Amino acid sequence: MKDVDDKFLKNLDRTVPLREELRPRKVTTPDGQEIEIEPLKDYFCEAAPKVHAKSYFPIVEDFYNWARANSLWILGFGTGCGAIEMRPLMTPRFDAYRYGIQWRPTPRQSNLLMISGYLSVKTLKRAIRAYEQMQGPKYVVGLGSCTINGGMYWDSYNTIKRLDQYLPVDLYIAGCMPRPEALLAGFMELKKLIKAGKCEGANKYAENFATYKANQKSVIKDWDMPDYNW
Amino acid sequence: MFSFKPDRSQYPAPGPDGKLQIDLETGKYLKLWQGPNHPGITGNMSVELTVCGDEVVEGKTHVGYLHRGFEKLMERRTFIQVFPIVCRVCVPEPDFNEYCYAAAVEDLAGIEAPEYAQWMRTLILEMGRFNSYMMFLGGIGGALGLGITGQWMTYVRDLMLDRFEELTGARIYHMFILPGGVRGHLPEGFEGRMEEVLDTAERYLADIDRVMFSNSVFKTRTKGVGVIDPALFEPYGVTGPNARAGGVAKDLRKDSPYLVYDQLDFEVATATDSDIFARATVRRADVQTSIDLIRQILKKMPKTGPAMAKIPNVLHWKIPRGETYIKGECSRGEYGYYLVTDGTGYPRRINVRGPSYTHAMALLEHLIPGTNISDVAALMVSLHTYPPEIER
Amino acid sequence: MRDIHALLKQRHRLGPLEPRKGGLAFVTVPRENLRGLLLELRDTHGFTHLVLLTAVDWMEDGLFQLTYMLNNRGRDLTLGIRVMIDREEAQGDTIHDMWPTAATYQRELKEMFGIDFPGSPRLDEEFILEGWTDLPPYRRDFDSLAYSQQTYAERPGRVTHDPREYMKSKLYPDGV
Repeated sequence: MKDVDDKFLKNLDRTVPLREELRPRKVTTPDGQEIEIEPLKDYFCEAAPKVHAKSYFPIVEDFYNWARANSLWILGFGTGCGAIEMRPLMTPRFDAYRYGIQWRPTPRQSNLLMISGYLSVKTLKRAIRAYEQMQGPKYVVGLGSCTINGGMYWDSYNTIKRLDQYLPVDLYIAGCMPRPEALLAGFMELKKLIKAGKCEGANKYAENFATYKANQKSVIKDWDMPDYNW
Repeated sequence: MFSFKPDRSQYPAPGPDGKLQIDLETGKYLKLWQGPNHPGITGNMSVELTVCGDEVVEGKTHVGYLHRGFEKLMERRTFIQVFPIVCRVCVPEPDFNEYCYAAAVEDLAGIEAPEYAQWMRTLILEMGRFNSYMMFLGGIGGALGLGITGQWMTYVRDLMLDRFEELTGARIYHMFILPGGVRGHLPEGFEGRMEEVLDTAERYLADIDRVMFSNSVFKTRTKGVGVIDPALFEPYGVTGPNARAGGVAKDLRKDSPYLVYDQLDFEVATATDSDIFARATVRRADVQTSIDLIRQILKKMPKTGPAMAKIPNVLHWKIPRGETYIKGECSRGEYGYYLVTDGTGYPRRINVRGPSYTHAMALLEHLIPGTNISDVAALMVSLHTYPPEIER
Repeated sequence: MRDIHALLKQRHRLGPLEPRKGGLAFVTVPRENLRGLLLELRDTHGFTHLVLLTAVDWMEDGLFQLTYMLNNRGRDLTLGIRVMIDREEAQGDTIHDMWPTAATYQRELKEMFGIDFPGSPRLDEEFILEGWTDLPPYRRDFDSLAYSQQTYAERPGRVTHDPREYMKSKLYPDGV
């Protein structure tokens, strides 16, 4: 294929300055006090995520996993075109609710993050925030070919090509875009994996935290949030 | 009727230019992000609201969460390779991209699509329009807390997706319209099955009339809210149902007929109030128009005929230098493709003119100040914007 | 369309009219005459609808082409006005006071092509991209594939075929 310019070289040196409202500064409160604030530190807990240990008794762990598999609450964050096939799943025709799957509006209430399609760099930043705010045990499902290897957008300058570099993915559902039936089959597969105790994405994220952060920061040039926010 | 009258006594005085001096550190204002992960937002975009009490004083739209760089990717692909990615520009109504791109290429390459293909394209476009309106009716109900409309409309839309699947082999991205024609013919017995779907749709729509359009809560929250002054239509580039709700009976299907719309018989629905309710009623009337059009097309279209014109070998296809602009009336307004070629096998530039581009950016930012926080979602849905076509 | 062109040709130094089918035509105008032409078209000839504003990169000639597409809804006429500007110091004239919606287009052009429109509101705010440090991506000398290969990790095993070669090997495996 014809490339426009072969001598193209990426500009690696330039950095993006921090936005003004995020810099440490002095402010006057409404009642006249002068205080120093540092927005990136003040409102967030700095502790890194911890590995969640398994229960000592396997039977207890099995029970936990059974319970987890039967209440998958999905964060209703449509990151790409795949979100349009989530809608039929919520309605009586495909009805994912009968499997204990439901959609929640906030990350605090959900434990399954569906990355529904391609992730642009701007959305990746929000997806990371959403993932880190979710309560463990939590799972990530990548939906569509574009999360697996870039798919249709293999040469796009604004979408990531491999989701598992940036978030711990437990399951991929292939297709462009996957049909509702494929999504249901994917959910069933995820349940099997959870019941077998193989969905250790959150622990993997905690163990390889430094690697994931390095990968994320190599793509997101204007990193203007704390390293871990929850 | 209740109307929202904000108490402005606590506001700081406006500056010399009549605008509020918004200083967050006075504690009188609060920044509120609606989106990108928020139930009251249309797709993956966000609105940065500055609120004082529960009144919004400033709104800024932020897009780019879905940017894939289509216009760049298209420049890197041959004319036939562009075709699978154009439909991904707008997810809920992809067929318009296929039609506009195909028509633009045909215009520059001097190809005429056969008559059967013209009818087929019209059918596909109307089916897509129907789907898009189903999304809208479900969405506007959902934005105002009527969950059941979303359930019903998604179900009816699913039935239409079945017909799409039968015709084209795909549910969402059909890729049925090619430069030079369409990919195939109607399957056997398609008319009868389509008629069943349309009957079901009409039954559900009659229910929607009762449940949503006669609902006093829905009326109270939508009448007189989010009024677009008809004087703003031209400067802000408002087209389609949003303009028709303000009494402007402009519809490209009537005004500059493309495909076979000049052989079809339909009326352009309008309303006068230009508020959220008027925009919803116009779209409700348009669904009916779409249903009638699908019936007419199936009755009038030729039963057989070539579906594709002869096109050159697509691997060696070069189009002489030129530029063109193809437009059509999609469910949200004027949709257009601006195609520039330079004599090589690759397009020089393709620009997609989506109606959401003007509606969700400049117009929404103009409309938001002065509304209640709880009305922002309904206001946004009522403009019927799809983020993927803003940033492409 | 021809009557309008004949009327305005001398005053605004218009180039020849290039009509296409369906009431669409293109015309070239020097940059100094653009504002006057747009104002006259809008106020006198009913071209009140700004359809789109975009740019085309003619890298070989060192030029950017700005295309202003205006529409007269009553007579169903569309006029594409081309303005050629220098590619090195790309600068256009803002028209946000005539059409407020043009401010959005100009923000996009600034970000995607690096064309400056002095005076346009919120021009320097990020519009679509976030934290972008490279060339404006819609310029022809920005290579999307090279950027993506250098920035994003790829899954190994992906093969890209040149369609022409690939079809040849499929259709004529013996190399005829």
